[in-house]
Amino acid sequence: MSESQEPNAAALGEGAGEPLRTTPLRDRHAALGARLVPFAGWEMPVQYAGIMAEHRAVRGAAGLFDLGHMGQVEVSGPDALAYLQAVTTNDVAALAPGKAQYSLLPNERGGVIDDVIVYRRPDGDGYMVVVNASNRDKDVAWLLRHRGLRPDLDVAVEDRSDRTGMIAIQGPKAAAIVGRLTEAKLAAIGDFAWAGGSVAGVPAMIARTGYTGEDGFEFYTARDRVGDLWDALLEAGDDDGLMPVGLGARDTLRLEARMPLYGNELADDIGPLEAGLGWAVKLDKGPFVGRDAIAAMKETGPPRRTVGFRCVERGGSPRSHFPVLAGGREIGRVTSGAMSPTLGHNIGLALIEQDAAGVGKPLAIDIRGRPVAAVQVKTPFYKRARPETASGR
Amino acid sequence: MAAPKDLRFTKTHEWLRRDGDVVTIGISDHAQNELGDITYVELPEPGDAVSRNEPFGVVESVKAASDVFAPVDGEVVERNESVVEAPDLVNRSPYEQAWLLKIRLNDPDQVDLLMDAPAYDVYAETAKH
Repeated sequence: MSESQEPNAAALGEGAGEPLRTTPLRDRHAALGARLVPFAGWEMPVQYAGIMAEHRAVRGAAGLFDLGHMGQVEVSGPDALAYLQAVTTNDVAALAPGKAQYSLLPNERGGVIDDVIVYRRPDGDGYMVVVNASNRDKDVAWLLRHRGLRPDLDVAVEDRSDRTGMIAIQGPKAAAIVGRLTEAKLAAIGDFAWAGGSVAGVPAMIARTGYTGEDGFEFYTARDRVGDLWDALLEAGDDDGLMPVGLGARDTLRLEARMPLYGNELADDIGPLEAGLGWAVKLDKGPFVGRDAIAAMKETGPPRRTVGFRCVERGGSPRSHFPVLAGGREIGRVTSGAMSPTLGHNIGLALIEQDAAGVGKPLAIDIRGRPVAAVQVKTPFYKRARPETASGR
Repeated sequence: MAAPKDLRFTKTHEWLRRDGDVVTIGISDHAQNELGDITYVELPEPGDAVSRNEPFGVVESVKAASDVFAPVDGEVVERNESVVEAPDLVNRSPYEQAWLLKIRLNDPDQVDLLMDAPAYDVYAETAKH
C-alpha cells in the first residue's frame, strides 16, 4: 500500500523543510488520539475518531475545530473603510457594526489572493479580516503593501494572528452547548454576526460563522486562553455527541455545503466569476484592486465556470486536478471531490468550459485513466433544514 | 492489534496467507488504520496476472487513493466481491472478511522473502509517525 494522491498538495508543500508551527491546542489533540499532519506549515489534526464519524457528528450533533492556524488582521483608523473597499471585492460600506461578510482579496489581473471574512467591530470602530492559514503570510504582506501604497489614508493594518486563539463549534447542537457556558444572548447573534462575551469564563468574540453548512460559532480569544475554552466546550458537549473534528472532515463538510477552498476552487489565476462567487463582488462600489479585469470578464462572460457534479457509476472518488471530459475531450479539471459522507455517493466541483456547463448535462471524470460517468447537479450538495421561526434573530 | 501469526507481510503493508499453492492477500490492520474510512476498492478479475511488488489494485479512503502491491507473482483465482460492495469491511475486518484476492502462486519461494508477524509488528510500529 502506498498513497498515490494527497489532497491539497499545494497547501502542504509550502514551507516544507522548515519546522512546523503549532497551535496552543497541539498537545490536547495528541492526547485525544488525533493524527497530526503537516498542513500549510502547521502541524494540525487531520482526524481523531475518523473522518466519517466526525463528519456525521457535525451534521447530527456538533463538532469542535481548532482553527489556530488561521490569521487575523486588524484594520482600524478613520480610513479603515476606504482602505478595505480598495483591497476587497465585497461592499464593506454595507457592513453594519457587529456584522460579518464573506469577501475576496483580488489581484490586479482579476484573480484571487485569498477568500476572507471581514468582521466589523460591534462598536463600529474598526474591522477584523480573517484569512486562510495557507495564505497568511502572503495576505499580510499584500495588505501591508497596499497600506504603503496609500499614504493618503489614515488607517492601521496590524497582523494579530500570533496573539489570537480561534476555535469553532458547529452543528445543530452547537447553540445549546454554548448556551450552557455563557450569559451572552446567543439568539441575538444572527448568521454572519458577532458579539463580545464571556464563554466558560474566557473573554471571547462570539461569531455566528463557519465552514460546514451548519449552525454554529467561531470564537476569537486571547491565544493563551483558547485551551480553557476548548476544554470547557468538549466537556459541556460530551453528552450531546460533540466530537473534536480534524481537517479531513472540515474539507468534506465544506464541500457538501459548496464552500470554496483556496488552492482548489480559488487561485491567483481563477477569477471570482469563474469560481461562482460573483455575489461577493460589488463592481459598483467604487474602485478596487482588479476591478477592471473582473468587469471586463463580466462583459465578455467568463470562459470557464465552476459546476457541481455527482458520479453516477462506481470507479473511485474524483479528486482535485483530475481531468473532466465531455464529448470525448478534456473540458476542465476537478477542483474538489470526495465520497460525500452525508449523501453516500461521490460528489465534486469542477472548473470547466462555459459551453459545457449546465445542470443535468453529463460529464465524465478521468479517474486513473478510466472515464467515470457523472452528471452536473445543483449546489450546494447539502443544505441544512432551517427552523421555521427566526428565533428572535 | 498484533499481526496474526500465520500471516506474512510486505513492507508496503499487504498480508499473505498461504494454503498450498494458493495464497490469500489483503492489507494490514496498520494500513487500514493509517488510511482511515475506506470508501472504494478496485481489484483485478480472476484470470488476471499479478506481479510481485507491482500495484494490482487501489484502495481509497476519504482523504486519499492508495495503490496495493502484489506480494508474489501469480494469477488471480478469486476476488472478494463482498469487499468491493462494502469497502468499509477493510476497516472492520482487515485479516478475515476483507481479504482482497486469492492468487495461484508461480514461485512458492517468494513467500519466504516476506516478513513474519513479529517482524512486521516491529516494522509497522516504526513506520508510525
